[in-house]
Amino acid sequence: MITRLRIIGKSGLDWLSVCGRSGVFIAHSLCGVPNVRKGLPLLLKQLYAVGVLSLPIIIVSGLFIGMVMSLQGYSILVDYGSEQAVGQMVSLSLVRELGPVVTALLFAGRAGSSLTAEIGLMKATEQITSLEMLGVDPLRYVMAPRLLAGFIALPLLTLIFNVVGIWGGALVAVDWLGVYDGSFWANMQAATDFRTDVVNGMVKSIAFAFVVTWIAVFQGHDLTPTSEGIGRATTKTVVYSSLAVLGLDFVLTAVMFGDF
Amino acid sequence: MHSKTLEVAVGLFMLAGMASLIVLALNVSGLTFSGAKDSYTIYAAFENIGGLTARSKVTVAGVGVGRVVGITLDKDDFSGIVEMEIEADYNQFTTDTTAAILTAGLLGEKYIGLISGADDEYLVEGDMIIDTQSALVLEELIGQFLFNKVNE
Amino acid sequence: MDMQDNSANIIEIRGLTFFRGDRLIFDDIDMDIRRGQITAIMGPSGTGKTTLMRLITGQIKPDAGTIMVDGENISTLQRNDLYRVRRKMGMLFQSGALFTDRTVYENVAFPLREHTNFTETMIRDLVLMKLESVGLRGARDLLPSELSGGMTRRAALARTIALDPGMVLYDEPFAGQDPIGMGVLLELIKLLNSALGLTSVVVSHDIHETASIADQLYVLSQGKVIGTGAPSQLMDSDNKMVAQFMKGEPDGPVPFHYPAHDYFDDLLGGGEM
Repeated sequence: MITRLRIIGKSGLDWLSVCGRSGVFIAHSLCGVPNVRKGLPLLLKQLYAVGVLSLPIIIVSGLFIGMVMSLQGYSILVDYGSEQAVGQMVSLSLVRELGPVVTALLFAGRAGSSLTAEIGLMKATEQITSLEMLGVDPLRYVMAPRLLAGFIALPLLTLIFNVVGIWGGALVAVDWLGVYDGSFWANMQAATDFRTDVVNGMVKSIAFAFVVTWIAVFQGHDLTPTSEGIGRATTKTVVYSSLAVLGLDFVLTAVMFGDF
Repeated sequence: MHSKTLEVAVGLFMLAGMASLIVLALNVSGLTFSGAKDSYTIYAAFENIGGLTARSKVTVAGVGVGRVVGITLDKDDFSGIVEMEIEADYNQFTTDTTAAILTAGLLGEKYIGLISGADDEYLVEGDMIIDTQSALVLEELIGQFLFNKVNE
Repeated sequence: MDMQDNSANIIEIRGLTFFRGDRLIFDDIDMDIRRGQITAIMGPSGTGKTTLMRLITGQIKPDAGTIMVDGENISTLQRNDLYRVRRKMGMLFQSGALFTDRTVYENVAFPLREHTNFTETMIRDLVLMKLESVGLRGARDLLPSELSGGMTRRAALARTIALDPGMVLYDEPFAGQDPIGMGVLLELIKLLNSALGLTSVVVSHDIHETASIADQLYVLSQGKVIGTGAPSQLMDSDNKMVAQFMKGEPDGPVPFHYPAHDYFDDLLGGGEM
């Protein structure tokens, strides 16, 4: 009983110390004046790695999710004779929920895991220590550009995901199932509000970007530099950031759309 | 050379993101960049607002002229007070204008329809429309129908 | 340089104690490293030689004791001061730790680009000079993955001395090298030390190679300094542990066997633990 209590206490303390370390980590990484001349090329390179290289999976998933939603929505709504409401269903669910959440989950799997693995590998091959020894702060040089790139890339990817998804939905509903395209778009525009729907969705996405990138980069920074440690940290990145995204999504939805 | 293609790719990516935002704003949410137009506020008291919400349209002959900005309860006579913002261009509603809560389609959203009257004076900022027609509430309709049946 | 401390010892370690978890790694160690000399720190595997390097460079902090590097107490320095002091030292890692996504040239140019505002032509000249001194001027456009182990270490050495540090720490520079590569590295360490007036600290367990170039040796074992002096002195040491290590005998005070129960009991115990 006592030993069990001790184990619980110890894991609680460990957890707290991880939280503390990650807080100090992000503060050290992002505080201070960025050096634009030296930092910009690094940021561009990371934007390419986490943003541009994630585009294919984001576009393909967005397209299919939009198409599937359109198909499912149509088959339900047609029973009530309101199949023209498919447009607003697709746009609202994408813009408010699926866009930010699914993009963040895909981002965690595609970009987050590779961030963790890359930093872990740099650590295992002593490149991080070697930076320190060359008098270059790895937090500023390695971590900060990756964090910033994640913060910028994920909201942009979400926007692209939304547009592709809605386009996919329109493709199925209008061109295939024969919903009148005027009412499809009109219903969508009437139901979707820029402030409450689009902007709130983007706020979510920005919050997810922060959490996912933070977890990914911190896991890379904090891992044990062995092949086993890198594998474990990569898994942790995907699991933790997925859970964090879904949990945070509930909280944000309650705050934004809940009536209280 | 290599870093050039990288920069171009990142540039295109950023551009695609921005373009997506514009598409979402204009095509999906129907945002117009006409900016905040001049408007004036009038009120209408309804017996029952039945599902009308803030941001609902205000129309005349089906043409949008403004929107609902707030709904409050008048504590003296328990009527619903609807606050409407009407665009300043449409300033020729007579004081005997009637307002009705209408429904777009069978299950569609609620909106307000205004019908101008024949008075000489026009509604100005802060005026109240008294002559109103409440929302149709399905339960009441059914109730009336049954009552009429019994009376036959 | 500001406030240059020109005393004879560039590094002074006093009363250094360090724990990893519950395990005592260093127990009240004193050590002096003299300016301009080659000092070798030796000892069996697992005595914390690399840990000592990390302590000297301030990557980890001691549990007790002080480490003075060029007159500054490394373990109490603020982050920024620490980075300033580190620019005065270079460290050659066991793996070389070259940046895998850059060519040899860019690797060597990296510290110059980060810490100086030199023009591209000046950087080019400096990089080519450093590469020439390690014999890799022709390999400047290769990626680290295209280099052999010895070349990787030489390229890393060129990067380490790019900023002309006053002191270079070598972490196991000979591990896993063929005889030729080893000879090249030995020659380089000696040459750089005399030509650039460096202070060199070599951590290694290759006794003969290291002893052939070192001015002074420290032998560590089980958290203590068990022997110190010039290589010839230590070879004739009457300390058994030092003698065992210097001569490479398989058994002695450092036992061949990991501590275990009695052999016979274990065999006859029939698998009971």
